Amino acid sequence: MDSALIPDGVKRCSPTSFFLWTVPWLALLAWGGISAILCLGLGLNQTNMSNIFAFALWIVFDLAIIALGAGAFFTGFLTYIIGKKELKNIINAAVVIGFICYTGAMGMLAFDLGQPVRSWFIFWHANIHSMLVEVSFCITCYMGVLAIEYLPIILENRKLSEIKEFRLFGHNLHHIMALFAATGVFLSFFHQGSLGGMYGVMYARPFAARAGFYVWPWTFFLFILSAIAAGPCFTILCTKLTEAITRKKLVPSSAIQLLAKISGWLLALYMVLKIADTLGWIYGVVPKAGQQFMDFFREGPYGLWLLVFEIIILGIIPMIILLIPKTRQHSGWLIAACLMTCTGIVLNRFMFIVVNLAIPVMPFDKFWSYLPTWQEWGLSMAVVGYGMLLFSLSYRYLPLFPKETELNTVGI
Amino acid sequence: MENNLAHGHRFGMVIDIDKCTGCGTCMVACAAENNVTVRSDESDKQRSITWMQLYKITNGKAFPHTEVSYFPRPCMHCDEDGHGHHTSPCVTVCVATATRLDFNTGIVSQIYTRCVGCRYCQAACPYHARYFNWWDGYKLIQPFPKGMERSLSPEVSVRTRGVVEKCTFCHHRLMRAKNKAYAEGRREIEESEYITACAEACPVQAITFGDLNNPNHKVSQLIKSPYAFRLLERLNTKPKVYYISKKDWVREMADNYLPGEFKPISTAAVGSR
Repeated sequence: MDSALIPDGVKRCSPTSFFLWTVPWLALLAWGGISAILCLGLGLNQTNMSNIFAFALWIVFDLAIIALGAGAFFTGFLTYIIGKKELKNIINAAVVIGFICYTGAMGMLAFDLGQPVRSWFIFWHANIHSMLVEVSFCITCYMGVLAIEYLPIILENRKLSEIKEFRLFGHNLHHIMALFAATGVFLSFFHQGSLGGMYGVMYARPFAARAGFYVWPWTFFLFILSAIAAGPCFTILCTKLTEAITRKKLVPSSAIQLLAKISGWLLALYMVLKIADTLGWIYGVVPKAGQQFMDFFREGPYGLWLLVFEIIILGIIPMIILLIPKTRQHSGWLIAACLMTCTGIVLNRFMFIVVNLAIPVMPFDKFWSYLPTWQEWGLSMAVVGYGMLLFSLSYRYLPLFPKETELNTVGI
Repeated sequence: MENNLAHGHRFGMVIDIDKCTGCGTCMVACAAENNVTVRSDESDKQRSITWMQLYKITNGKAFPHTEVSYFPRPCMHCDEDGHGHHTSPCVTVCVATATRLDFNTGIVSQIYTRCVGCRYCQAACPYHARYFNWWDGYKLIQPFPKGMERSLSPEVSVRTRGVVEKCTFCHHRLMRAKNKAYAEGRREIEESEYITACAEACPVQAITFGDLNNPNHKVSQLIKSPYAFRLLERLNTKPKVYYISKKDWVREMADNYLPGEFKPISTAAVGSR
């Protein structure tokens, strides 16, 4: 039925099987749609956010997927600026994953605003001192860059490329992709950093507050570094998941191994700086605020184990796995390390958002806890559904993996 | 005395904790004065709107040595740090310039019609002094009871769902006082012409309001007391709300201290503060 749209030389499942595959993701989108209608219609009282938990699950999700989507700009940087040719075999997938992450995050943010129709005020009445303004400007611009990077991939669709103008346009876009990759790198560095800066500048919240360099708190640099370490891991995970589901080899091992190796070294650098930052916080910010390290972990469900998990189990261990060639080349270890790195980054964002707000600053205030409502989960899961759907459609109809044909005919 | 805004007014408040009985009149007066919405079920305290909030504190000792006090907590109207590094925690972060520190009055204002409801200011405020409108208090979903509009103050705009609101130091009263002064040909307002609703309503006169920059105003004299302190002072937020208490344990409760760091007034030289 849709065979005319499927790229040349590749095999895809039947339309019926594909439709059945999309059903769970459509169901997630429907769940998200109901949640969105409720939140827009009745207000944010549909969530369990409160005056204490002003930021909650959605912001954790946003920051997490923006960090995980960093694989797009960083792979673009390595491919087009540094000239790592082998990554051309994975760049298309990285761009689509990045596009999904960023558009998903922006979509969620629209519902997180109390007055979504006023979202343009952020640009019109911009407060240049606010890190969130920098985030908004850079993410919006970067979404445009991602769309431009995604466009030539769409135009390579078998049917679309039959139209001469589309083919020429897509071809020319490919030629100037280095320019967009460079723009993407610049924008991404600033918004990834500003997302970290958002928390570091909260000087009246000792759990998040950090000193820094000029106007940038240390979290600014840590968030950039953690994103470019975890982003490629997420790209690897998505690729491996696609390979597992389609039972095909889609990307040459050289590309995966290069990404994993770079990720490992970046993670190592991040871990050194993260540990230094944590020590600086323990011996600088915390006593200056009149508090002790354990004051932040004494109450509630968010104990010291979170920090141990974040730094040791989900930081140092995957770092070691990714740095040792033998373990990195083992598929199981590689997937485990990528999974741990991504989970560690999500946990890091969770701590800066939810744990930060749960811990009281006033001595007579109490520890607060928070559990999301089904509406909050619904909208978050809708982003997962949207991502799976768009990636599946891209895989089915676009040449997402240029080496797919070659890799799957060698063995036959 | 902090004198960051020497050329302008710097309105502030002094609350005598030892006088406060915790009756809550300040909270009621504030809510009525400022058209704060009230829902039929206000049991969800994390989402109630209370510009003036009362925190009950105890010295943690067993009977008969138990002592109880109350911290009335309006917005602290935090100031700039005096070094140009930062201004109030919420003002710096606001994405749409919907909140600002007025350098002529020291009041941290909130522009409801510009607020996009991102709540970054709430996350940045350590005092929980900012409140989000989780419900539409006046229309659509919760129809406003007939006749209730007569209870609204015409001087204060009502807030829609999805925006943040906070104590404004009854800014409309300042406007009213300034208009009166202008009509009478005066350039300055008198101390008694501008006080907040909570200060006016407090039955034991625990709340004093005035210009911290004006040495003739009572507040600027009260804050020189060795027993005066501010909430979370060491975070350098420079609140313009001061408290007074002769009880060491109350003062200790106002900030975080490392073991042995807090110096009770009885053992330290009073004059050194």
